[in-house]
Amino acid sequence: MEILSQTWHWSISGFLIGVVMLLLLYFGKTFGMSSNLRSLCAMTGIGKKVSFFDWDWKSQRWNLVVVAGAMIGGLIAVQFLHDASKVSINPKTIEQLSLMGIDEPNGKLVPSSIFENLSPKMIFILIVGGILIGFGSRYAGGCTSGHAISGLSNLQIPSLKAVVGFFIGGLIMAHFLLPLIF
Amino acid sequence: MNLVKYLVVGILFGIVLTKTEAVSWYRIYEMFHFQSFHMYGIIGTAIATGLVGIQVIKRKKLNDIDGMPIEILDKEKGNARYWIGGILFGLGWALVGACPGPIFILLGAGFYNVTFVLLGAVLGTFLYGLIKDRLPH
Repeated sequence: MEILSQTWHWSISGFLIGVVMLLLLYFGKTFGMSSNLRSLCAMTGIGKKVSFFDWDWKSQRWNLVVVAGAMIGGLIAVQFLHDASKVSINPKTIEQLSLMGIDEPNGKLVPSSIFENLSPKMIFILIVGGILIGFGSRYAGGCTSGHAISGLSNLQIPSLKAVVGFFIGGLIMAHFLLPLIF
Repeated sequence: MNLVKYLVVGILFGIVLTKTEAVSWYRIYEMFHFQSFHMYGIIGTAIATGLVGIQVIKRKKLNDIDGMPIEILDKEKGNARYWIGGILFGLGWALVGACPGPIFILLGAGFYNVTFVLLGAVLGTFLYGLIKDRLPH
């Protein structure tokens, strides 16, 4: 059990993520998580007004099932396979974060100061972050799964552009904007 | 349609991403500050595994589970959509420390504040659909 409950080594998890993508190809599908956000929009019937959502989301039901599975997987991992001593990030990172008032992991997956904080400012930050993710991934036609994993492993130049974009945006946020926000 | 296999793949995906801490805000911050190899190792190994698998699929012309040839579509050509969309996505990814997969996984794991991120993400997707035709692609 100890092997399961500690932080999984990057090589094992990287390999398994590759296997997940290949399994979906074997099932005749493609690996891409952000498409589900489009399905969620289409399910509301908004397709009658906005043509982008006038698509057959029912043909994408399988992907919503993957998402349901992923949620169950997250629950299993936290409830039954969790070792509270982990998320051992770089001590330098912890020091930097404390300067911004963000608490250290101490066994938690996400900072309490961001995710257990119901102040209007933090709710606003989470919603804005979500909007950027939703808008950006649909504009770019995919997210980490669709471009970084599926696209790059199929040697797609458009995916390389998108992934370089992900990193430009991420670096700007992490280095210049986060210290201003927190 | 047999949906159970998708549920199983999803569960595997959720467990792996949680246990390797790819769903952790901290890991994403650390990655963008180049203070750990962890996330680069995960993404790199996933791509390497996929690369080998896809080459095998293409060279051996493998069939899918229903006996149909496995087709892997090329991404559409373009510039603006990938650069601008990519940068906007990256800004959001580093801010909330989660991309679409982990948003759902964290919700399942019981981090309910992530609901706000999901709401935003659905709203962002909707906004894109609304102004899509006016954007350069």
